[in-house]
Amino acid sequence: MSVLVFADQHEGKIRKGALEAVSYGSKLAAQLGVECTAVVLGSVAAEALSGLGNYGAPRVLHADNPLLDQMNPDVYARVIRTLADQQKATVIVFSHNFNGKAIAPVVAASLNAGWVAGALALPDTGEGFVVKKSVFSGKAFAYVQISSPVKIISVNPNSFPVVKEDHQAEVIPLDTAVNEGDFRIKIISTETLSGDIPLPEADIIVSGGRGLKGPENWGMVEDLAKALGAATACSRPVADAGWRPHHEHVGQTGITVRPNLYIAIAISGAIQHLAGVNGSKYIVVINKDSEAPFFKAADYGVIGDAFEIVPRLTEAVKAYKVAQG
Amino acid sequence: MKILVCISKTPDTTAKIAFTDDNTKFNEAGVQYIVNPSDEWYALVRALELKETLGADVHLISVGGPDYDPIIRKALALGADEAVRINLDAADGYAAASQIAAYARQENYDLIMTGKETIDFNGSGVGGMIAGIMELPYVSLASKLEMKEEGLATLRREIEGGEEVCEVRTPFIVSCMKGMAEQRIPNVRGIMAARTKPLKVVEATANTALTTIVRFELPPAKERVKLVDPDQMDELVRLLHEEAGVI
Repeated sequence: MSVLVFADQHEGKIRKGALEAVSYGSKLAAQLGVECTAVVLGSVAAEALSGLGNYGAPRVLHADNPLLDQMNPDVYARVIRTLADQQKATVIVFSHNFNGKAIAPVVAASLNAGWVAGALALPDTGEGFVVKKSVFSGKAFAYVQISSPVKIISVNPNSFPVVKEDHQAEVIPLDTAVNEGDFRIKIISTETLSGDIPLPEADIIVSGGRGLKGPENWGMVEDLAKALGAATACSRPVADAGWRPHHEHVGQTGITVRPNLYIAIAISGAIQHLAGVNGSKYIVVINKDSEAPFFKAADYGVIGDAFEIVPRLTEAVKAYKVAQG
Repeated sequence: MKILVCISKTPDTTAKIAFTDDNTKFNEAGVQYIVNPSDEWYALVRALELKETLGADVHLISVGGPDYDPIIRKALALGADEAVRINLDAADGYAAASQIAAYARQENYDLIMTGKETIDFNGSGVGGMIAGIMELPYVSLASKLEMKEEGLATLRREIEGGEEVCEVRTPFIVSCMKGMAEQRIPNVRGIMAARTKPLKVVEATANTALTTIVRFELPPAKERVKLVDPDQMDELVRLLHEEAGVI
């Protein structure tokens, strides 16, 4: 029996979601009284690998194969599946980030393993194996029992705290037989969104709605985001109108986020938008309409003209940051 | 080209979410059902566009009881050629995926398309699971799909922190998201035609669910919003720092 955690990397850097998955996997292994092993595929510096010990993994299996530097989902799924067999893994942990979504279901089906997509907490292993996840786009939770011998859990981003302790992991080289011919999916090009913080990983998100009247008014949203070190997002009408790129669309049919702080500017708060953000720890709503439904979901509200309030808030944040040094 | 589009039935996006039977069943009272948005808007519409530009047979598949038939007819009204319903109340994504894979094996589809996830159980896994079972490539979260030449597709897909362009030969499975196509409204002719299109019902081979939902829970009610004076933004910053501890 063992817990195997897939820790994804991008250009040699371990992803935040991967650190959450390793923290989750190590706590789960302790709960089950078994070993936790992390798996890293592709070139990553030795310190980053042994550094996974800080997040609770005593052992890291590392396939230092340049063919695996880019995350090719088809190849990755096959490598992880083979490894899970070799290691006799009983639980495999992924992050439920875009990379995990590409691989985990493929691995799950090929191993006949029950899969929970987007776990919010450690499983209850008292009787059976029951994992809490969000359903109905954040409007409810479900407790899901996994009944298969091998179980797969994808940990929802920003839901499980990263635990950091001072330990070095033992890094074990992993031989993976990968051939050029295995690449049924051929990656032609990759675009990383320059300078932006990926939305699912962001601790703070500043989001704008139709009330901002046009794309030319997004400067103040970006200024506030910059002052806070936040990512920017938008509501569906804004993305549909082409004011902002589609990948910024947060909501039921866009992406679901769970930041520590979500600041909604001039967004009325339609139920479909709320579904994408109601996992946020704190919500601030700025809207001139005191009847906007978003205020019912907010922790803090400011009623007034966003065009006056947002620059004022940005200045207040900057002053606070200066005072903090 | 032969395309299979997987469609699921979900509550309307504005449906009130409540549970019965000691929080073990979804309360269907007064709930309107729709075709799962990303299955319809992105997967199905893109399949229809490929049919219109390159010529293709577009088949629909659903795993569900007779209550699925109205939403399958709605999807047929958009222009799909025929549909099959596997008669099984699938307990999880794997149960649905294994039925779809078993059916698709006999039919030699070039392309199997799903939406990125259903808005009820948010599983996001049926496409990947079909790929895992059929040992075919899986392209997840695609926002673009073009046929570069016969049997070779170019896709754009979301990756963590960016986007990627990739190529893959048919047959493969793709999950579709925003950007892939635009929602269409069925016209009267489509609705009339859908009434007589073939909707085949096939009994399930076996029920192979690996997970079950033990119970549901609603989130706790939110406390009342704390209003801050629009002239006091330093006060808001103080609250976010001292009270919420988020900055």
